[in-house]
Amino acid sequence: MAQLVRLTVNGSPRQEEVEPRLLLVHYLRERCGLTGTHVGCDTSQCGACTVLCNGQPVKSCSMLAVQAEGMAITTIEGLAPADGMHPLQTAFWEEHGLQCGFCTPGFIMAATALLAENPDPTDEEIGRGLEGNLCRCTGYVNIRRAVHKAAAAMREGAGAAAPMGG
Amino acid sequence: MIPAAFEYSRATSVADAVNQLRTAGPEAKVIAGGQSLLPMMRLRLAQPGHLVDLNGIPDLDYVRVKDGSVQIGAMTRHATLVRSELLRANLPLLAEVAKEVGDPQVRTRGTIGGVMAHADAAGDYPTVALMLDAEIVTDRRRIPARDFFQHLFTTALEPDELVVEVDFPVSTGAHRYLKFRRRVFDWAIVAVGVQRLGDGWRVGITHAGPTAVRAHAVEDALRSGATPAEAAERASDGLNPNSDVHASSEFRLHLAQVLTRRALEQAA
Ligand SMILES: Cc1cc2nc3c(=O)[nH]c(=O)nc-3n(C[C@H](O)[C@H](O)[C@H](O)COP(=O)(O)OP(=O)(O)OC[C@H]3O[C@@H](n4cnc5c(N)ncnc54)[C@H](O)[C@@H]3O)c2cc1C
Ligand code: FES
Ligand code: FES
Repeated sequence: MAQLVRLTVNGSPRQEEVEPRLLLVHYLRERCGLTGTHVGCDTSQCGACTVLCNGQPVKSCSMLAVQAEGMAITTIEGLAPADGMHPLQTAFWEEHGLQCGFCTPGFIMAATALLAENPDPTDEEIGRGLEGNLCRCTGYVNIRRAVHKAAAAMREGAGAAAPMGG
Repeated sequence: MIPAAFEYSRATSVADAVNQLRTAGPEAKVIAGGQSLLPMMRLRLAQPGHLVDLNGIPDLDYVRVKDGSVQIGAMTRHATLVRSELLRANLPLLAEVAKEVGDPQVRTRGTIGGVMAHADAAGDYPTVALMLDAEIVTDRRRIPARDFFQHLFTTALEPDELVVEVDFPVSTGAHRYLKFRRRVFDWAIVAVGVQRLGDGWRVGITHAGPTAVRAHAVEDALRSGATPAEAAERASDGLNPNSDVHASSEFRLHLAQVLTRRALEQAA
């Protein structure tokens, strides 16, 4: 039986009926048209589907849409200001933090959560912060470099409103 | 993949959840963090007809210290355990174990009650519960950890019984949990926990059998004055682990010994 769910997606309040078995990732992709959140596996392993729920990282393939009741969801589409890119997006681009790009939205959302908690992470802390995300292309070195670069840019911009997810 | 269809309802209290489970019948299950249940439903290894969601129940998410015990609400998330100052001060072993459970995304949602009820052979908290003689508090009784974990995915819980709290003794002595795995977010291939408590050591082993085990032989050897290296040789006593794609049975026995020695040597 369909179930009512009320939530906020990238700042817009939404309210609709969904089937209880609808996964949050499918709700975001198919009902909200936000296809930046990817599905890379069936087993909660890859992190390509990572979004923020009330600022905390979750794998949206491992949560039901009905469980997002009352929550604020941020997807990759909600990260950047209307007129530009988020510092993490810029840094991934500049540091070649992606090749095919399939994993990238998930990495950027996980990195957003990491930097919110730890604005100046070490190599080791970046590794641990992104341990729930798999990339089959880059070998991770450039991803780590991109996160360092974005962290520096965000610390510098901290006085001047750095856009944050959540 | 998409789970099979099911009915869904939210519980507002523990009593309400138990009632809903009874009304919905044997096909019903509760969902906590969903980090084990939803992947199993997606693979259709589980097909509950009705899910009762515990996430809306207030007051099941806490860490308290009372009368020498650390009480943790069933819906307390792994991430909360990692961040809890109170836990770090009173049961630092568990705070360190929580940090090694899954990955940040799993730790946002997954709960201690869910790990206990799920009883995966590679679950990390059951080992700590067993070695420290923790008690699992349900809506109707207190179950000592040694009676709670019965077999792979099998606990002493009745079908309509809920875990509401886990009680550990305050343990602030030297401790260490060493988890062997190929990738950092993986489950343990084998893990070993050690904790100094009272005048002895407690030693527990993860994933060297269908449930966690307490290594009494190691504890006894240490009590009789054995060195960590000598005592660790007893870590594989009585174990008969499975072979699987990750490790052979022999390798698991070897890991139990090596990790026990290292954990005792590194305990601080
Ligand atoms: C990629 C990945 C890696 C992981 N790595 C580890 C790891 O290294 N170590 C580890 O220990 N775990 C690991 N996990 C599992 C994780 O810790 C889960 O959170 C946990 O096993 C289940 O807790 P949950 O709250 O998510 O429960 P759910 O998935 O919601 O439920 C699991 C089962 O327990 C039952 N249940 C839940 N709560 C209660 C309750 N209060 N009373 C009665 N029954 C209840 C449910 O009905 C269900 O049968 C991993 C998971 C993933 C996806
Ligand atoms: S799609 Fe792979 S973890 Fe969600
Ligand atoms: S860039 Fe291809 S999977 Fe990461």
